[in-house]
Amino acid sequence: MGKTIIEKIWEKHVVHMEEGRPDLLYIDLHLVHEVTSPQAFSGLRMKQRTVRRPDLTFATMDHNVPTLNRREINDQVARNQMDTLRNNCEEFGIPLADLDSPDQGIVHVIGPELGLTKPGMTIVCGDSHTSTHGAFGSLAFGIGTSEVEHVLATQTLWQTKPKTLKIEISGTLGAGVSAKDVILFIISKYGVQFGTGYVIEFCGDVIRNMSMEERMTLCNMSIEGGAKASIIAPDDKTFAYLNGKKYAPQGDEFLDQILEWQKLTSDEDAEHDDVIEVDGSKIIPMVSWGTNPAMTAPVTERVPFLSECETEAEKKAVQRAFEYMGLEEGQLIQDIHVTKVFIGSCTNSRIEDLRAAAEIVKGKKVASGVNAIVVPGSQQVKKVAEAEGIAAIFIEAGFEWRESGCSMCLSMNDDIVPAGEHCASTSNRNFEGRQGAGARTHLVSPVMAAAAALNGHFVDVRKLAGVAV
Amino acid sequence: MSSFKEMTGKVAAMDRTNVDTDQIIPKQFLKRIEKTGFGQYLFYDWRFKSNGEPDEKFELNHPATKGASILIANENFGCGSSREHAPWALQDYGFRVIIAPSFADIFKQNCLKNGILPIVLSANQVSQLLEKAAGQEYEMTVSLEQKRVYDETDFRAEFEIHPYWYQMLLNGWDEIELTLQLEQNIQEYEGKFLSGAR
Ligand code: SF4
Repeated sequence: MGKTIIEKIWEKHVVHMEEGRPDLLYIDLHLVHEVTSPQAFSGLRMKQRTVRRPDLTFATMDHNVPTLNRREINDQVARNQMDTLRNNCEEFGIPLADLDSPDQGIVHVIGPELGLTKPGMTIVCGDSHTSTHGAFGSLAFGIGTSEVEHVLATQTLWQTKPKTLKIEISGTLGAGVSAKDVILFIISKYGVQFGTGYVIEFCGDVIRNMSMEERMTLCNMSIEGGAKASIIAPDDKTFAYLNGKKYAPQGDEFLDQILEWQKLTSDEDAEHDDVIEVDGSKIIPMVSWGTNPAMTAPVTERVPFLSECETEAEKKAVQRAFEYMGLEEGQLIQDIHVTKVFIGSCTNSRIEDLRAAAEIVKGKKVASGVNAIVVPGSQQVKKVAEAEGIAAIFIEAGFEWRESGCSMCLSMNDDIVPAGEHCASTSNRNFEGRQGAGARTHLVSPVMAAAAALNGHFVDVRKLAGVAV
Repeated sequence: MSSFKEMTGKVAAMDRTNVDTDQIIPKQFLKRIEKTGFGQYLFYDWRFKSNGEPDEKFELNHPATKGASILIANENFGCGSSREHAPWALQDYGFRVIIAPSFADIFKQNCLKNGILPIVLSANQVSQLLEKAAGQEYEMTVSLEQKRVYDETDFRAEFEIHPYWYQMLLNGWDEIELTLQLEQNIQEYEGKFLSGAR
């Protein structure tokens, strides 16, 4: 029987195998950020251990960093955490994209952008959205701090072989519908747990037609469906994206690599443990209304009636979500008003996301009473957007244009949604308090966020000028 | 890691599904660089009202749960972020065992690595326990050795755990130490395969 791409990568990375134990996997790339690493480094120090492969490790700071003035960080505890990362990187010889580096940005934006992320690799980071890197045909997953310490010390991890789930998305996406809508649709249909214990392989026409940016959005949010990781077989788009990137192989070496990378597909007769089929043509722009990403509806519809809940537990959860979100049962999505808009995060802060949103915004104004910010995913994205005039479009329309970082995705810095306010956000989690205590998050695509900013409430972006239907 | 063999302790019940790690330990407390002292922030936004007073409606503020070391939870407990601060906070608060019908993957791993035992029981068994513990003092015994949980009256259930983690927890072994004993294998692997990441 043939092998799936996941099995191929897995087998190539097994360092040690033994009955009654998980497999010991070699890790090709370990990404590190300031929030989940300090305790791992102190652990090393306590046992007088060292970092085995600083050359396979790369660090940045993103979660805590201010997006306004980077020179003045008033939050002592945050500053201490950033200083700690700086010192740890220096002590253990780990390359760091520091605040003043042109390479700085959200860890899942800069990995691919710098060509650190490559097909066939095993990639880990103390961050659940490491699944993003699967868009390049690598096996990439989030780990906890104990595992960060384990990888630092040994460059390996004990892992139980996951089950595999194939999600085939056929058809073509309509205008104004993006990868964000696809993943929100899948999670709203199959729930926040369907992926637990699985690595997902996304395939089908819709995937092949997606840009690398869109593929990253899709893989990024697979964790919100519970999946350990997700993967997309690399193709010419993958190779074109990586061509010339700072840490990608160059010249003939790059061409040789492509020949290897092309083998990274699931064999015709490979079998996945489960298969889901999705018709991409039927998906329309989605808006989350509740407090987990499965609580999401098409923009043309309404939030549920309690009578539609199938179980008592679901009813309880929906009721709790209504209370938190300040919504009435049966309310139309388009009647939800927003006062905050956030375009950013490792889900949707890449140049293509910003280009798409700028198309909608061009020549228009942010609705009065709405505060909208754009936070590019990295310094590189920021630079390109400024050079292309995208930043100017946002600024003219009344958006704030910020420095790169995680920002309002989890609001560990000063970018906070005040209690009770509704925010159209291109991030990935609408959990209670995620954007600030009492903040009401609605997950949407960049174009939907842009449209909400202009109108002060959710609108079907397909009806706006600038979107060819 | 400290070892885990058997314990009897008070139970706290939390009948909510999809409890995410953002609730278990909200982000404003992730800036600390230590592993200890997170218990005071556990479920912070649920435990405390905006004026800082304890919210009596929250499960863990019920007097019957005071000193609880076993948490009964519902489906998909620990979903969301990979923050290990979540198990650190649960542990620091006093929990050594969490029982639920299902857990999020990363969270479950993070518990095991810290010597917290995540036990999966059937939805039916969990709802029995949630009922037994709701609003009143209730004690259970968890034996890892026998892979069994039971109370003094009529509850008894067996659970499964991967043989690797069974060993690790019983013995309280340091995982890194074990891996470092395979240094030879790691070196051989690197010699054979490593083209280098960059
Ligand atoms: S942008 Fe949000 S989800 Fe992504 S790494 Fe940062 S905090 Fe995590």
